[in-house]
Amino acid sequence: MEFLGITLPSYSWSTIAGSAISGIFLGSIYALVALGLTLIYGVLHIINFAHGALLMLAMYAVYFLWATFGIDPYLAMLIVVPGGFFFGYGLQRFVIGKASHGRDEIILLVTLGVAIVIENAALFFFSATERSVRVPYDLDGIDLGVTWAVYPELAALGGSFLITLALWVFMSRTDTGKAIRAVAKERQGAQLMGINVEHIFAVTFGIGVACVAAAASLLVPTYAVHPQIGSLFVLIAFTVVVLGGMGSFVGALVGGFLIGITEQLGRLYLGESLGVITISVIFILVLLFRPTGLFGVQS
Amino acid sequence: MTKSIQNKSRRDFIKTAGATTALAAAGVLSAPLVARAAGSVKIGIVHPVTGWAQYSGSQARFGAQTALDEVNAAGGIQSMGGATLEALLGDAQSKPEIGAAEVEKFNEAGASAIVGAYASNICLATTQAAAKHGIPHVVDVGVSDKIVSRGLENTFRFGPGFGAITKAGVEHFLAINEAAGSPTKTVAIVNEETTGFGAGIAGIMTKGLAPAGIEVVEVLSHPTPNKDFRNIALKLKEIDPDVLIPSHYYNEGVLFLRTLQRQKVQPKAIYSVLGGASSQFRFVSEFPDAAQLVMDCNHWFDPNNPAALALQAKTNAAGLHFNYEVFLAYTAMMFTAKCIDYAGSADRAKIMEAMAACTWTDSIMPYGATKMENGQNTGARPLVTQVVGSDIKVVAPADYASAAPIFPRP
Repeated sequence: MEFLGITLPSYSWSTIAGSAISGIFLGSIYALVALGLTLIYGVLHIINFAHGALLMLAMYAVYFLWATFGIDPYLAMLIVVPGGFFFGYGLQRFVIGKASHGRDEIILLVTLGVAIVIENAALFFFSATERSVRVPYDLDGIDLGVTWAVYPELAALGGSFLITLALWVFMSRTDTGKAIRAVAKERQGAQLMGINVEHIFAVTFGIGVACVAAAASLLVPTYAVHPQIGSLFVLIAFTVVVLGGMGSFVGALVGGFLIGITEQLGRLYLGESLGVITISVIFILVLLFRPTGLFGVQS
Repeated sequence: MTKSIQNKSRRDFIKTAGATTALAAAGVLSAPLVARAAGSVKIGIVHPVTGWAQYSGSQARFGAQTALDEVNAAGGIQSMGGATLEALLGDAQSKPEIGAAEVEKFNEAGASAIVGAYASNICLATTQAAAKHGIPHVVDVGVSDKIVSRGLENTFRFGPGFGAITKAGVEHFLAINEAAGSPTKTVAIVNEETTGFGAGIAGIMTKGLAPAGIEVVEVLSHPTPNKDFRNIALKLKEIDPDVLIPSHYYNEGVLFLRTLQRQKVQPKAIYSVLGGASSQFRFVSEFPDAAQLVMDCNHWFDPNNPAALALQAKTNAAGLHFNYEVFLAYTAMMFTAKCIDYAGSADRAKIMEAMAACTWTDSIMPYGATKMENGQNTGARPLVTQVVGSDIKVVAPADYASAAPIFPRP
């Protein structure tokens, strides 16, 4: 088989199916990272360059809870998710919000600065050493016939669906969710209706960081933690958010799967290095035919 | 004209340096020598202590810094009246261009020599930049054969290069396979292709294994860093080779071996050539099941050398892992100090001349007498190790082996 003049290798259907399934697992990780981002980036239009650094920080928190107190990474969610919310709330309310004076271009630089500070602080305090969590169920899982699905991967997949559902319910059914949407659509109008815009901004940022903290708990059993780990996922997460449609949680989930499957099949046929260009190809194609992304709506 | 260094032992070197310092302290030496003793020789130490290679870069920095501290503690450079070595630390940020920029800073700061810079692609850039200024550069870890094949007179590598390691890897593998009744018919290679340290592995392996009737059925290359190995595991399941030959950096090594374990890929043996994680104590302690019986043809210290064991204890006491980055960088710095001592000068050209002529024999590595040819120490060689329980045993060559290889895996 040939594609653009390149002779592609041929694989059995089980290998192709296994690769596509592995794309779903990889996509669930992208979706997990993208869900918090789509809330902050998609709803509030804050390009949060600190997202990767916050993911890394949350992963360290999960790791240290395991290493110090023996708390399972999934149980650690009960601590790091509320912790992430309050950290994010404080970060937006007292650092990003105050330093940016409401100007988008300054917000961008402030989040970049926060990312640099967090990454270098992590390097200073935690060193460059990668730290891995060992869980007893690391190798247990289900034989899907074409590939093995271990429990940490299934947990990440399930987690991505649950967080998407929780965010959707929160945004559509709660007063705070409605307030967030109101602020996103018409900030001044929302203020005139008595909504505390500063508070809503901080709450939204806090929820975004809480999502990242949940993602961290689901990632730690598979990935080693180090100061650069966030950058491995966050660039693709930005792509997922735009591809899925800004502010759409379902878009982030579907976009994550689409990117994951595309990447894995691309790597299977074009090689591990060249295969990643398929992410950019699918991204450009989707935006050419649907500029608002898969689930985005025209503002 | 080249000079030849006498084979002074490390102990003699340290002893004499210590005595010189004692004499200087007692005021016995003449005034000019005392004045020289107060001086220092600046050594640039460049490693990627941030970025994707941060763990290994930090380990390498520790090794180089430890050697430098030991030389200073033992009285400094004896031929220069006890001059101390002064470290100029640089962070290549895992990027070749940043590594080259650090070399420019070293040049402005007056560095007499440079030790570094871990990854092959960074070493290629730093040695090139150092060559512009005529600064002698001792490569610690970078194994790409291109590093010493560009005709750069300033570039020296004390450890073996990739070609030599792979050839030795093939020879040892054939011997181990034959001793086990030649169960291997097919092998698959999994190698990194971003930094290019393993370029040419397929050619060397194919040429070396073919006469024994062993076929290289697939070469699966991947980038560094790489966050997922499931596709490669699936391909390996389909190909079903007898033996896997991985060659990549630590992070990828860990993720790859764990993915094999998760996907139940169980070849007869995993025989790494520069396997990154395959002969790392840290990997063995963190993931003992994934590491069991993995073999690796790689850099390894002389297990019978007391100085090597002392360095191992010192590294462990510092909370670090005694991995190849540590002992290679340590040895590269000791080699640099040795050559500065022989040159008796901080002059870059004289140090280069001394490096080219060095015949050092008592390093902590299992090497013969140092013999530089075009900057490569041809006396350097790798060992083959195997993870057995919580330990890493040397299984080949026989003169260093502490255990017989377990091959194929039961």
